[in-house]
Amino acid sequence: MSEKIDVRYVAKLARLDVSEEEVLTYGAQLGNLLTYVDDLSKLPTDGVTATAQVVPLRNVARDDDVRPALDRETVLSMAPQAQGAYFRVPRIIGEPD
Amino acid sequence: MRTAVDIAGAVNARSVSASEVVDAALGNVAAVDDRVGAFLTITAELARDCARRVDERVAAGERLPLAGVPLAVKDNMCLAGTRTTCASKILEHWIAPYTGTAVQRLLDAGAIPIGKTNLDEFAMGSSCENSALGTTKNPWDLTTVPGGSSGGSAAAVASRQVPIALGSDTGGSIREPAAFCGITGFKPTYGRVSRYGLIAFASSLDQIGPFATTVADAALTYDVMAGWDRMDATSVPREVETTYGSWREDLRGVRVGIVREFDLAHLPDAVAEVYKRAYADLERLDASLVDVSLPTAAYGISTYYLIAPAECSSNLARFDGVRYGLRVEGADVTQTYEKTRAAGFGSEVKRRILIGTYALSSGYYDAYYVKAQKARTLIAADFDRAFSACDVIAGPAASSPAFAFNAKSDPLSMYLMDYYTIPISLAGLPGLSVPCGFVPGENGRAMPLGLQLTAPLFAERSLLANAHAYERATMHAFANVPEISAVPA
Repeated sequence: MSEKIDVRYVAKLARLDVSEEEVLTYGAQLGNLLTYVDDLSKLPTDGVTATAQVVPLRNVARDDDVRPALDRETVLSMAPQAQGAYFRVPRIIGEPD
Repeated sequence: MRTAVDIAGAVNARSVSASEVVDAALGNVAAVDDRVGAFLTITAELARDCARRVDERVAAGERLPLAGVPLAVKDNMCLAGTRTTCASKILEHWIAPYTGTAVQRLLDAGAIPIGKTNLDEFAMGSSCENSALGTTKNPWDLTTVPGGSSGGSAAAVASRQVPIALGSDTGGSIREPAAFCGITGFKPTYGRVSRYGLIAFASSLDQIGPFATTVADAALTYDVMAGWDRMDATSVPREVETTYGSWREDLRGVRVGIVREFDLAHLPDAVAEVYKRAYADLERLDASLVDVSLPTAAYGISTYYLIAPAECSSNLARFDGVRYGLRVEGADVTQTYEKTRAAGFGSEVKRRILIGTYALSSGYYDAYYVKAQKARTLIAADFDRAFSACDVIAGPAASSPAFAFNAKSDPLSMYLMDYYTIPISLAGLPGLSVPCGFVPGENGRAMPLGLQLTAPLFAERSLLANAHAYERATMHAFANVPEISAVPA
C-alpha cells in the first residue's frame, strides 16, 4: 500500500508551510516510515473490530450544569492579537486592502 | 532526607519546615542544573509561597501525604501563572491560565512545584533532543541523552534535585527515560490519572505518571493523583486502591510472564546478561517464570506510528496563531496559519503532523489508520491471553542504555527505541521501569538499565507491590549514584 507521499499536498491539508528542502527531506523520511509500516499488510485483520481507545467507557455524559470557566479577559490576554472582545485575525473574506 | 516519604514524614512531624526543604531543593537546582539542564523554568517564588502555606496547614494540625515534597513538572502540563511551553517555539511565551488536575491534586496534598522540565517538543521523541528550548543531559554521563520524551523530569530526579517529578507517557515517554536515568518511572493504566491540563499529543494513549528514586515514592505520588475527574471524560470512574504500603517481602505465588518474542538474544550481550540476572532475581524471590507469547507485538511500532501521528495531527491543529502562542502574519488567514505553524513547530513535530495528516487523508484512511486501529485490537488481545497465564510481564524497558547525542539522527532508528514500551501503551496497560543493574557505557561509566514490569488493566496495586519487592531484594536502585548528583549516595 506504500506510495510516494505528495508532501506539498499533505502540508497544505495540515496548514503547514514547507520549503523545497523540507519537501525533499520529509518526502524521503516519510517514505521510509511508510515502507516500514507496510509490514502491517501482512497482519490479517478481516473481521477485527477497530480499537479507538482501550478503557471500558462509552458515551460519557454528564449533567449540563453551569460552572465557572476562564473569564474573557484572561482568554483574550493569551491571544497574539485581540481587539475589544474579539480575537483579531487577517482578512478572511474579500480582497485585501 | 531524600525520599518523598522521608520528607513528608519530617514536615508533618514538624522536625523540618516545608520552607527549609524548598530552600534545599532550590539549592540543589542551583548547584547542578547548569550541567544537567533538566529545567526550562524555575518557579522559586511560587515554591516559597506554596511552602509557607504547607507550613501553615501543618501547624494548624493537618497531615499531608506529600507535605513539603519538592516536585518537578514536565512542561506539557499546565500550572497556573507559569510558562508552559511543551518545549516548543509555538508556546515559548505562553502562560497557563489554569492548573491541571494531576498537578493540582499533588499541590493540595502538600507537594511544592520547583519548576517545569524539558521534554521532546510536544512529547514527541525518545531522547529529549527534539526540545526547541534546551538540552538535557543524562546525569550518569553528560555525553549521553536522558531519554525522552520526559527527559527533563527523569534527569531532575536522577540528579537528586527533586525527589519526585511528573512525566507523561504516550509510547514509552516515562519508562524509557526512567531506565536511561536509573530511576523508577510509572505509567498507570490509561484513564487512571486525569489528563485535564496535559497538553494533548495522542489522546487515546497519553497518560500522566510519576518519576521517583524509589517505588514507594512513585506509589505515594500515584495514590494522590489517581482517580476520576469530571474535567476528563476519559478518566475512569472506578475506585482507586491505595498502592503505597501494600508491600510484600517476596514474589511467592506470582507468575511472571517472559515474552517469547522479546528474545534477549536480540540485545547486546552485556545488556542481555543484566536481564537474565533480573529474571533469575525474580525467581530467587519465589516468582515462577512463565513463557508467554505476544505474536502481534512486533507490529507495535507500525501501529503506533500511524495512530499517534494521526491523533497528533488532529490535536495540534489548534495551534493556529489565533487564540494563543506564536503568530507569524501572512497575506491572508490561511497563510498566517501556514507560516505560524512552519515557524513554531520543530522538524519532528512537522514529520508527525504530516504522517498523521496523510494517514487520515481521503483514500488512505482505511489502508493506514483503520488498519492500525485493528492491529491495536489484536495487540490488546495478545496481552489479554498472556495475562490468563501470568500476573505480571517482565522484560527490558529499552534495548540499550542511554545513547550519545546525535546517535539516532535517522527518525526511524529513534522510533525503534520504544519497541518494548509501545505495545503496552497501545493496550492501555499499567507499566513501569525499575532499575535492574548497570552495563559499561561507551565512556567506561556504568550506565543504568531498567526492568519493565507490566500488569493487567487497573492492577496498579499488585504491579507496584511486585516492583517494590524486586527493588528491595536487589537494591539496584541504591547501588550507585550518577556522576552529577545534588545529594551524595
